[in-house]
Amino acid sequence: MSELRLTDLVTILRECAGEDETSNLDGDILDAEFGELGYDSIAMLETASRIQIRYGVVLSDEEVAEATSPRVLLHLVNRSLAETA
Amino acid sequence: MTVAVVTGMGVVAPTGLGTRQHWARTMRGEAAIGRITAFDPQRYSSTLAGEISGFVPTDHLTKRLLPQTDRMTQLSLVAADWALRDAAVEVASLPEFGMGVVTAGSAGGFEFGHRELDKLWRKGPEHVSAYQSFAWFYAVNTGQISIREGLRGPSGVLVTEQAGGLDAIAQARRRVRDGTAAMVCGAVDGSPCPWGWVAHLAGGRISTSEDPLRAYLPFDVDAAGYVPGDGGALFVLEAEEAARDRGATSWHGEIAGYAATFDPPPDSDRPSTLRRAIELALADANIAADEIDVVFADGSGLPDLDRVEADALRAVFGPYGVPVTVPKTMTGRLGAGGAALDLATALLTMRHGEIPPTVNVSRPVPEYELDLVTEPRPTVASAVLVVARGYGGFNAAMVVTRRKSAG
Repeated sequence: MSELRLTDLVTILRECAGEDETSNLDGDILDAEFGELGYDSIAMLETASRIQIRYGVVLSDEEVAEATSPRVLLHLVNRSLAETA
Repeated sequence: MTVAVVTGMGVVAPTGLGTRQHWARTMRGEAAIGRITAFDPQRYSSTLAGEISGFVPTDHLTKRLLPQTDRMTQLSLVAADWALRDAAVEVASLPEFGMGVVTAGSAGGFEFGHRELDKLWRKGPEHVSAYQSFAWFYAVNTGQISIREGLRGPSGVLVTEQAGGLDAIAQARRRVRDGTAAMVCGAVDGSPCPWGWVAHLAGGRISTSEDPLRAYLPFDVDAAGYVPGDGGALFVLEAEEAARDRGATSWHGEIAGYAATFDPPPDSDRPSTLRRAIELALADANIAADEIDVVFADGSGLPDLDRVEADALRAVFGPYGVPVTVPKTMTGRLGAGGAALDLATALLTMRHGEIPPTVNVSRPVPEYELDLVTEPRPTVASAVLVVARGYGGFNAAMVVTRRKSAG
């Protein structure tokens, strides 16, 4: 796969950490904080692990911690994908 | 001394989801033991269990919780919720550290762990869920209840197998006596899965009978092991004064007495300390043996252990001196959840004035000299003793009373 898109990320988020009834992942969440969306640090580790399995991108724990919004996370993953392509 | 009263309870048992269903089915003597459905038991030497049926997690919990919780934890969260609602405690109105949680577990989230170990073995470490870091853990129910309900007061977990159900409530009573206004306490235990099952089987105490009516027969001449099950009960325990202050005018009962002892090693010549646990619990409650109206026995279903318990009960209460019942003949033994469920059933016995039956036991060992209740029996119960013995030598005894005790 050449690119991780927001819709792909939302699918992964739902799979690995469920969906909070109060947060809406279908909206414009590119710049929302994962914390505000209800995803804590363990949920983000789980997300990173699924991304690794599906896209072969290994993110360090530090990178996962720095990726506080979908935009930053997508950028990190897609940069890595571009480098290895 | 602060009086600790049970103001709420939530039951999740093979005999029913919810207190009402559990009690109705228990009084009808309808056992919930059957062939295991959680996995195919064909390959194993034992095939029976007391399983909870009809539990749909999404009916009760947010989707967010499901990927990170074992079924046992999901059941626990629901039981805690029901107990809090039953007590009508408004957690938000309490001081920030005014309410804590103590639960007991004997194995943690085994089913979750089984699934993740299977992934580790088949696919590799990167496939193991990050939630495995806590979802299997003994303390997970305490933690998840604390987070979900916002209970930030003193909390903990007890691991003493079947005795844990009582030990957790006793620990909650200590916290209440230390000044914590209210505690959620008790146990929901057991996760039917192949891994948990082989652990049970390795203990060598499981009945190998395939007949649900003949598999678990505590105090019977044909006693030959027990049947495991899953479920339990959680309670809200409060200082009586705190309960009154927030306007509560009625409760299920008072935790009047408790004691725990530890048995000497199996190869020792020294006797079991179970009798001492019972006597100390009665002394703690300031109640004489003849004031106990009914005993909920541990009922291990193994002849050696049954004999020890029968000897202890006979020594304390005299031959046929008190009605004894083992309603867990309908559910199997639920680990720590079993004693907690017994406590719930004991409280219901006081409320309804009826002793639930020990089912399937048709030929009690005569020399035990127990007044075994095998049919529902009307009674006026003001004080009930619950006995629990945990694998490894743990004994616990708890006295619950209907009214405030003297002194």
